Amino acid sequence: MTTTDYDRAPRLVDLGSHGSLVGNLEDIWAPKPGLYGWIVSVDHKSIGIRYIVTAFIFLLVGGLEAMVMRFQLARPNERLVTPEQYNELFSLHGITMIFLYALPVLSGFSNYLFPLVLGARDMAFPRLNAFSYWVYLASGIFLYASLLVGAAPNDGWFNYVPYALRAYNPGPNMDFYALGMIFLGISTTVGSVNFVVTFLRMRAPGMTIDRVPILTWGTTTISVGNLLAVPSVSLAFFLLWMDRQFGTHFFRAETGGQPLLWQHLFWMFAHPWVYVVVLPAMGLVSDALPFYCRRPLVGYTAVVVGTITTMVLGFGVWLHHMFATGIPFMALAFFSGASFIITIPSSIAVFSWVATIWTGRPVITTAFLYFAGFISMFVIGGVSGVATAAVAADLQLTDTYFVVAHLHYVLIGINLFAVLGALYVWFPKMTGRMLDESLGKLTFWIVFIGFNVAFFPMHITGLLGMPRRIYTYPDGVGWNAVNMISTIGSVILATGILLYVIVVLKGLRSTERAGDNPWDASSLEWATLSPPPHYNFAVIPYVTSRHPLWESRLPGQGAMFRRDEGLALADGKEALATTAIEAIPDAILKMPEDTAAPFIVTLAMSIGFTGALMHLWWLAGAGALASALGILVWLWPEAELAQRAEEPQ
Amino acid sequence: MLAPWPATPMAYLFGDGDMARSISPLLQGLLAIAILVAAIVSALVIVGAWRQRSALALADTPIDDRPAIAWIGIGVGVSTAVLVGLIVWSTVTMATISRPSQTAAFTIAITAHRWWWEATYRSGDTDQNFSTANEIHIPVGAPVRFTLASADLIHSFWVPALGGKTDVIPGQTNVTWLKADHAGSYRGQCSEYCGAQHAHMAFTIVADPPAAFESWRAAQAKPAAIAQDKGALDGEAVFQQRCSKCHAIRGSRADGDRGPDLTHIMSRARLAAGAIPNNAGWLSAWIADPQHIKPGSLMPKLPLSGRELADVRDYLLTLK
Ligand code: HEC
Ligand SMILES: [Cu+2]
Repeated sequence: MTTTDYDRAPRLVDLGSHGSLVGNLEDIWAPKPGLYGWIVSVDHKSIGIRYIVTAFIFLLVGGLEAMVMRFQLARPNERLVTPEQYNELFSLHGITMIFLYALPVLSGFSNYLFPLVLGARDMAFPRLNAFSYWVYLASGIFLYASLLVGAAPNDGWFNYVPYALRAYNPGPNMDFYALGMIFLGISTTVGSVNFVVTFLRMRAPGMTIDRVPILTWGTTTISVGNLLAVPSVSLAFFLLWMDRQFGTHFFRAETGGQPLLWQHLFWMFAHPWVYVVVLPAMGLVSDALPFYCRRPLVGYTAVVVGTITTMVLGFGVWLHHMFATGIPFMALAFFSGASFIITIPSSIAVFSWVATIWTGRPVITTAFLYFAGFISMFVIGGVSGVATAAVAADLQLTDTYFVVAHLHYVLIGINLFAVLGALYVWFPKMTGRMLDESLGKLTFWIVFIGFNVAFFPMHITGLLGMPRRIYTYPDGVGWNAVNMISTIGSVILATGILLYVIVVLKGLRSTERAGDNPWDASSLEWATLSPPPHYNFAVIPYVTSRHPLWESRLPGQGAMFRRDEGLALADGKEALATTAIEAIPDAILKMPEDTAAPFIVTLAMSIGFTGALMHLWWLAGAGALASALGILVWLWPEAELAQRAEEPQ
Repeated sequence: MLAPWPATPMAYLFGDGDMARSISPLLQGLLAIAILVAAIVSALVIVGAWRQRSALALADTPIDDRPAIAWIGIGVGVSTAVLVGLIVWSTVTMATISRPSQTAAFTIAITAHRWWWEATYRSGDTDQNFSTANEIHIPVGAPVRFTLASADLIHSFWVPALGGKTDVIPGQTNVTWLKADHAGSYRGQCSEYCGAQHAHMAFTIVADPPAAFESWRAAQAKPAAIAQDKGALDGEAVFQQRCSKCHAIRGSRADGDRGPDLTHIMSRARLAAGAIPNNAGWLSAWIADPQHIKPGSLMPKLPLSGRELADVRDYLLTLK
């Protein structure tokens, strides 16, 4: 190719007079057929939906584990499961919900929505995107393989040493967890890089950085957070594995190691992770709640600043998980103060939502109900968290059911409620079909009541002194009634979730067509078809405001947005790169074709990790070599993907 | 007797000892504010949604852009003021509980084991040193200092009615203190996950009037009574053979240290870190099959004949 091919500027066209454009795009972006086509696909929409479906399956599995625990705890001295089984259950439940459900489901929404809301053709690195999904799936299967061989992790998701060390935990349980987490960390890391670069460089022209939806701010913020936090946990698990397999002494107190080192490394990662699994969910609500309130979000800039500040401060509060470890009180005072202060940026969003409802004209749809529920659950989870920020109070509250209540209000309240609502919002976009509203509202009430009956009493259980992670409790210490109520609530909640799944399955068959913009929403994804074509947008739209589809009706803005007019990029699989702040068109990107490379590299890595797990070093070596080869093939320079012509001699 | 609330011995919203009583108001204040804030915001959401709810279809609804930024300003401003107040209150409370108001009367050395608590009392006269398990006596009204060491994993020492938790961490010795205002038993429990029997790692702090405490201490310091009748003597032999590598009985040759000191086992109200009551029946049940009562416990099920079991039980019953 010649230099001019690369330097060309795309034409500005009007779709009405360029009908052939769509036909070309269909050919260029058409996926390969069949199962093979599914495996090699790098389409962000397909990958996003896979993420969501896989995460939902993990949610159901984790929920099943929770149900067994609730039945074991329904009455004192119950013997439904053995102590070891219970310990594996609560460990797997935490690992599943926190790592295999909570972030992946949000990554699913972000993957699906990023290019659509930003007006792009795909993510910045489509193959990396496919890779991050496959690695997520493979590491999830790897972790669950432990259950099949009867050696699931049994030391909680927090995995404290020395119990995780070989002396106390000789089976492969901890090796599954350690290697599985290192494996999963690869997925999180590459996924994060992709979000950051997509956010910075793939926005439609004119979509300056203050015009993007809040979801993209949330996900980008946490992706940067992940890039800083994940290394800490990967390192921690690697050191643990070294201690276990090669007798190093990082954590063994008898040989000069430091058990608390584990806790620092772990919480340095795991506290920020709490924000990682809620900020994008808050973004979903910040973006979608206004659709149903019929007005733009109140305080966009404040919410963005709040999002970023929360993440930054989130790195300075990890010690509040360690208030009882005997660290000097002066050091605790700093972290305690920070833990109080972090409430301030989080509260910005809450007041923004309340103001949006109060000054808007709410239309009470199912999604709205989930978002409204989300706000109050968010506040309950937030204020109970504030109680644990006070060191003295925390010395009583920590490691009791009060914290169990708190964290479920945070995780179910902020993550699951947002996700259940968000699916109602974007299901029509994803499938072109509507979900049943009246069944949806019924489901919401069952979920909402079940959740509160299950978890609200746990605050009281905690105040009555019941410690966490005990497989049973004696009669006569006052814990019977509250536990029975929680179990009943969890049955109601589970019923609600099952009903939700049924409603979604029913929705897939529904004949009611959604139309492009069923909610009369404001952002770019609603300007394309439902479901969107493989290339997302026939022409790359030009964005002139934060609410392209509401422009004509908002005061003070002319209606500049043209759905059918924009840059034509139909000469190959191409996308547009724009500048990081101003979103000025910068380069035409050559997008890769579908490829099996990410899948094959994932397979090779799985083999490597399995080898390491089983001490089959030759297998581990073969896996590593195969991965390296696969990456080499994947990254082998291809002329069609070159972004720059060779300089003429 | 369980003090102060027999029906809910692990509750701490209203503490009894100095430390717990300093924490209680802070805790109550935090909870009150929490409830208030949650109620206000929930009410705003519900009323806001109801008041403004639109009867119109989505598409026809006018899109309003009334500025409402003041909501955020006021909300965040009030929250900040409350939080700053809480930081001050929290810090003051933390300083208050960091040490007792008067110097501690003496120190009890706690060693946490999977899944029981060893308590060692030392005094100037080493003859008076002794070690006991799971039932820890202190005098009423005097602060007592505890050093916390671990024999294996991380545990956490917690007596809710008297004070907050302190983790017990291998390789370091943490220190805490407790003071009870009333005589009675205070239930405690390990509160850091420690494996199979974390659920059964309870203990009791028994606060005695000072005189009663002194006589308890003197009695515990004594070696075990010599076995008298035939059954107990046979039992002692069985014990020497089967149990002594793990258990110590001062005054006999048994000096194992992997399990609790049993010198005055019958002075304790419960067995196996609170798992079961201590009486002849439960004692037999425990010795016969500890794994049934506490699956995973580090005391194995020993193959004892019925006769041996009865004898060893009779022997233990003499260890008052
Ligand atoms: C391998 C070591 C071992 C042997 C042998 C052993 N025990 Fe134990 N024993 C323990 C441990 C450890 C505990 C603490 C168990 C717990 O609470 O989880 C214990 C607890 C007890 C208790 C309860 C103590 C208390 O303070 O609550 C009694 C009584 C007891 N053992 C009696 C016996 C008798 C009698 C024998 C011999 C027939 C015996 N043990 C043999 C290790 C052993
Ligand atoms: Cu413990």
